[in-house]
Amino acid sequence: MSLALTEEQEFIARTAADFVAQKSPLSRVRELRDSGDELGWSRALYKEMAELGWLGIATPEALGGAGMGFAELALIMEELGRTLAPEPLLSCVLMGGQALQLAAQSGTEADLQRAEVWLPKICAGEAVIALAHQEESNRYELDECDTSFRVESGGHFILDGKKIQVLDGHKPDAFIVSAENEDGELSLFWMPADSGNFSTQRQFRVDCRSAAILELNGVRLPPDAMLGKPGLGGELLEQVMLRATTGLCAEMLGGMQQAFHLTLEHLRSREQFGVLIGSFQALKHRAANIFIEIELARSAVRAAAHALDTLSGEDPELAKLVSLAKARCSEGYLLASNEGVQMFGGVGMTDEYDIGLYLKRARAAELSFGDAAHHRERWAELSGY
Amino acid sequence: MPQFNSDPEAFRGEIREWLQQNCPAPLLVPRIGDLQIVWGGAKFVFKNPHQKEWLARAAEAGLTAPEWPREFGGGGLSRAQAKVLSQEMRNLKIPPPLIGFGLTMIGPTLLQYGNEAQKLQHLPGICQGQVRWCQGYSEPGAGSDLASLQCRAEVSGNDYIVNGAKIWTSNADEADWIFALVRTDPQAKKQEGISFLLVDMETPGVSVSPIKLISGSSPFCETHFENVRVPRSNVVGKVNGGWTVAKALLNHERSMIADTFGVGGGLPRRSMADFAREYLPCDEDGMIEDPVMCDRIAQFEMDARAFGLTLQRSRDAARAGQQPGPESSMFKVYGTELNQRRHELMLRIAGPQALGWQGPGFSSEELSLTRAWLRSRGNSIEGGTSEVQRNVIAKRVLALPD
Ligand SMILES: Cc1cc2nc3c(=O)[nH]c(=O)nc-3n(C[C@H](O)[C@H](O)[C@H](O)COP(=O)(O)OP(=O)(O)OC[C@H]3O[C@@H](n4cnc5c(N)ncnc54)[C@H](O)[C@@H]3O)c2cc1C
Repeated sequence: MSLALTEEQEFIARTAADFVAQKSPLSRVRELRDSGDELGWSRALYKEMAELGWLGIATPEALGGAGMGFAELALIMEELGRTLAPEPLLSCVLMGGQALQLAAQSGTEADLQRAEVWLPKICAGEAVIALAHQEESNRYELDECDTSFRVESGGHFILDGKKIQVLDGHKPDAFIVSAENEDGELSLFWMPADSGNFSTQRQFRVDCRSAAILELNGVRLPPDAMLGKPGLGGELLEQVMLRATTGLCAEMLGGMQQAFHLTLEHLRSREQFGVLIGSFQALKHRAANIFIEIELARSAVRAAAHALDTLSGEDPELAKLVSLAKARCSEGYLLASNEGVQMFGGVGMTDEYDIGLYLKRARAAELSFGDAAHHRERWAELSGY
Repeated sequence: MPQFNSDPEAFRGEIREWLQQNCPAPLLVPRIGDLQIVWGGAKFVFKNPHQKEWLARAAEAGLTAPEWPREFGGGGLSRAQAKVLSQEMRNLKIPPPLIGFGLTMIGPTLLQYGNEAQKLQHLPGICQGQVRWCQGYSEPGAGSDLASLQCRAEVSGNDYIVNGAKIWTSNADEADWIFALVRTDPQAKKQEGISFLLVDMETPGVSVSPIKLISGSSPFCETHFENVRVPRSNVVGKVNGGWTVAKALLNHERSMIADTFGVGGGLPRRSMADFAREYLPCDEDGMIEDPVMCDRIAQFEMDARAFGLTLQRSRDAARAGQQPGPESSMFKVYGTELNQRRHELMLRIAGPQALGWQGPGFSSEELSLTRAWLRSRGNSIEGGTSEVQRNVIAKRVLALPD
């Protein structure tokens, strides 16, 4: 495994950087926020991303993708993270889409058919699938779930419960919902938007990422709605979240770099006491520390993405590298954005300046999919101490 | 000299077999501290016959300096082969046969800036562990501001006459040669009047007095030059062009420091968790019960891993023919601070057992840990302080104004 980029990967990263610079400036996120946009992101731009092959980059060609890997997808997420692009790659490609893809690899005939129908649509930017696993009380524990399912005569499933902060969950084409039976077995269920007996409510988060509450009141799903084999849903969710977490980390890596970039520009242009503030050693050394944190985060994200491409899902080394990446990115992004606001001074506190948007996203990303302390605990457990 | 396959993967099998056959088994025990390091040189006393045998065999095969050309005593291995070698040594828990400023600092600098005669004179002795080197950069008045150094060398026929004092010269009392920065043009601007000079420590007029450290040992010295006669041919690079050579050597020094203190090279280490299990209550599965300690260990191990991955990324990029990226400027700062944290964590784990200085009630491992901790405080000072490294990052990498 090499952690250096290949020429092809560099090309992908450059193309993504150019696209983001031209089509997805940060001002777009502000406009979507301030206009109270119903969706919170742009379908047209999402379609363009699909045409560039981004949405299916880590999906096999047979399922409508490009058959590359997570190393490449991570590079795209990194670039999108630079300007906080709100399109639903994380929720739909990395969570919903990966749940379908992974289920198809190990599951039933129904899983394969579902993947064959829906993954090409996801890759084409024509469908949004949201993964609903977060609840009021389960925080970062994937194996805890209050939403219940039971089996009716005829094999239908009945789901009851409440999900929160379902990313891009207010208007998807379908949900994938986690639920537990009486025996505490966790499963994931395919729930199309036209299933009855549920309601959604848009949530507004501090970081402008679209989310929703999903309430399930006796939703009735057909017998083939369960993803993967019975009893293995917990494992499936675990694998999905390794991928999603790595994707989020890549996005965070992009965000922390941009926050740092803005801060450096400020240090090189703002004058006080008749000199540029970047000449103050107190600030220089803090900038050097941020630089180091970012380089470490970059290595961890690359290693995690490579591990997704090369290691088996059960290999504890993979889970350790993902935890390493999330812990580093959580701390690195917070450092870059907290320090950024401080070094901007008063203007850093204004809504007009962009640095505050990164501060909010950094915090939201930290508290998604496990914070640094959570992942240190996981690392220790996986290491056997 | 054995011939090895140039394909790295075929080489892996060959070198593993060679290592297993040639490294004496009693050396394969992980240790803390630097008691077991082989420094070489005329005055070096081997701790046991196995070390001596291992050095002789490795040197014969060119494996003390795997990447140097064979004509100078090296192994002539490619970068990829050398990486495999160090991986295999780590896997087999084999200690390096030889460590020192010769291999890591002056050797690579001579390969870069030395003339043919200098290379032939000095490199083979380094590879065989016969000559030990020390570094004469710092002076009482010139530390971080190294270019303000005053030690001077004046021309006299075919020689220079050197006068002045160097300080913090690590192991000058054990060394056979010193590479020193001397002022050859007192009129020129600071950096421009300096030359890089090789001096035999046996030359009349060279004297050393050891300085005792907080760790109790006296690894470094004050080195005095009083009318020391040195051939003019001992200047490396151009006369008055020593600053360039000095900086190149500092780069080698910093990557060496990052290597030994970060991950990669150095002595094979025990995992922090295994160390902790000796001192802390654990359940029957070996899980450490104290969650705070667990968190500290995980924090340290994860930081060390991220650092290791960054070193790897930098090497991978170099192997792919890319320029070393800005990440390499962080290795000295982060690697040394990590090493300090490693020792601090080990002290906290050992608790009161880490308080020994000498005598009964403490194991020899514990005593050397305490001293190694004290020694580690110097890591962020030697080779350019952490503050100076951060200045360099801010200026060269981040383009912040002066
Ligand atoms: C264990 C050890 C081994 C050594 N071995 C050798 C050796 O073999 N050969 C050799 O030549 N030297 C050696 N040294 C010396 C070492 O290189 C110097 O100690 C080092 O460069 C610092 O110089 P100084 O001690 O004069 O401290 P000073 O330069 O006086 O620094 C004192 C403090 O001021 C800070 N400071 C100084 N300038 C700045 C600045 N511009 N900005 C911010 N902070 C600043 C420093 O970071 C430090 O914290 C060794 C030192 C140690 C500790």
